[in-house]
Amino acid sequence: MKGLAPIVGTMALVGTVPLITSSNVVLNFLVMVFLIALVGQGWNLLGGYGGQYSFGHAAFFGTGAYVTAVLQMHYGVNAWLSFGIGIVGGAVVGSAIGALSFRSGLKGSYFALVTLAFAEVLRIAASVAPITGAGVGTLIRLDLRPEAFQFQSRAPFYWIALGLVGASLILIRAIEHSRFGAYLVAVRENEDAAEALGVDPAAVKLGAMTISAAITAAAGCFYAQYFLFIDAGIAYGPWISIEALLAPLVGGIGTVFGPLLGALAVRTLGELGRLMAGDAPGLDLVIYGCVLILVVAVAPRGIVGVLSGLRGHALSHKAALPTPLERDNG
Amino acid sequence: MFSTDILIPTVLNGLMTGAVYALVALGLTLIYGVLHIINFAHGALLTAAMFAALFAYQLWGFDPYVAAIFLTPLFFLLGYGLQRFIIGPAAHGEDRNILLVTLGLAVVIENALLYAFRADTRTINLPHAFDVIEVGTTFLAVPRVIAFTVVFAVALGLWVILQRTDTGRAIRAVAKEKLGAELSGIDVAHIYAVTFGLGTACLAIAACLLIPTYYVSPHVGDAFVLIAFTVVVLGGMGSVPGALIGGLFIGVVESLSGFYLGESLGQISVFVMFILLLLFRPAGLFGAGT
Repeated sequence: MKGLAPIVGTMALVGTVPLITSSNVVLNFLVMVFLIALVGQGWNLLGGYGGQYSFGHAAFFGTGAYVTAVLQMHYGVNAWLSFGIGIVGGAVVGSAIGALSFRSGLKGSYFALVTLAFAEVLRIAASVAPITGAGVGTLIRLDLRPEAFQFQSRAPFYWIALGLVGASLILIRAIEHSRFGAYLVAVRENEDAAEALGVDPAAVKLGAMTISAAITAAAGCFYAQYFLFIDAGIAYGPWISIEALLAPLVGGIGTVFGPLLGALAVRTLGELGRLMAGDAPGLDLVIYGCVLILVVAVAPRGIVGVLSGLRGHALSHKAALPTPLERDNG
Repeated sequence: MFSTDILIPTVLNGLMTGAVYALVALGLTLIYGVLHIINFAHGALLTAAMFAALFAYQLWGFDPYVAAIFLTPLFFLLGYGLQRFIIGPAAHGEDRNILLVTLGLAVVIENALLYAFRADTRTINLPHAFDVIEVGTTFLAVPRVIAFTVVFAVALGLWVILQRTDTGRAIRAVAKEKLGAELSGIDVAHIYAVTFGLGTACLAIAACLLIPTYYVSPHVGDAFVLIAFTVVVLGGMGSVPGALIGGLFIGVVESLSGFYLGESLGQISVFVMFILLLLFRPAGLFGAGT
């Protein structure tokens, strides 16, 4: 497949980190970067390629996390199986919300509002329902065996998170080059024109939302398994909806590597803020909010856009040089 | 369960709460009607206004009803500045960008307050906050009766501004036909900022009405803003009378369902109504707006 080499190369390179260092600080940091990259990649498919801005991706993240945790703790389901079912659960929630919203023709602000509202309903429901542990949250019992998806060291978690990110990169690259991807971009650019050419916008958006939700749910499942604890505020809280859109926006919306670059940049900024001002609640989100406004104002195409802009600038500089000379000669 | 002794006070209290929802929604719907954007920073700005009213009392001893006199113009200027110097320039004229910028503002304001004041819940103790008046067999809290009255005065004031002043006419012109208004010499960027300022000023008044009987925390605005969204959608986006009626209606629904279903479920019932409305009647129940 075209464009596979940079993905495999990046994965192989980043995959060597646990062999070089066993520092839990470094590995924890990178695992969180991968987690946010995955959440953001889900958002990116729907928001970046499809142009539908969701403000409630926490709905999918939280569903994945809760399904994984609740199946293990209340029904004794194997952790790996729970992980898979969690992804499916997220996809089901995504397609349900998508079917309702797109059938009603919700776009733009309305779509953002309705996704936000769904996430809030799920958050409130999870904070009162007995099965989710209500306000107390759900703990996954410590059981350090690979069969239980728990490991003695951080390294296996690191590789699994990286593997998930790699799989999402390949998936998005494949979608980008597929007919479905072309439809999706067509719907983003001009829904009426796309429809006139025979694309069914509601079906295309629904497909994108289902896959998007599944990717983000995978991150939720991983979160539950990695931290072994979730509550309504973590799983369905607004923080994850914000990180979901921040990563691709900062990295480069509608690009394959945008969410990963963005997650790395955003998380690094968050850590720097913490180093400078101490671990105070709210500080990281103040930084994220400022970054969000700045990116929209100054670099709407994100890091990828700035990089390709620099490259394009250098190229056009070379190409532009001969023109005045030619005019002089002529 | 359905005895009028309980039902009437529940409905009356719902109306009083609903009036404040209506005021918050009024700001939101005004901004939507003119700028055609949903201001996601509305809740955070309400929280900021409530903190301002809290500190006006705690630091300088201003009664919230007095503080409203200077907080309202202050928040008008804040709103004007935000739209003129941050949201407008940052959005590059794209609706999607406005969504993101107002979301970013919300995140910054809310978390800056969280960082500065922690998640503590604060209240003020006003001597007159517990006064009640008797209406028939029902006792009504005086601050809530004041709130109810002030909201209608503010709505009337807004109506006069919109209908009878040159600025109001310019606002209505921009709302109807932006390009045409611009061609007739109206400074659209200025009118946008004035509208945003008016919407934010509504929040300062709402905050001063709420603070005598309500608590403040960095996330207090969230509770109001989703209700305000519901009210705005219910009343028709951009409709001032719709916001008033919608606010009162939601107040009563919340009060009744909270009474019969318990608080958490009462909260959910508003969200569920909101989602159903968005899905099936996005133009509003009263058919206003488009």
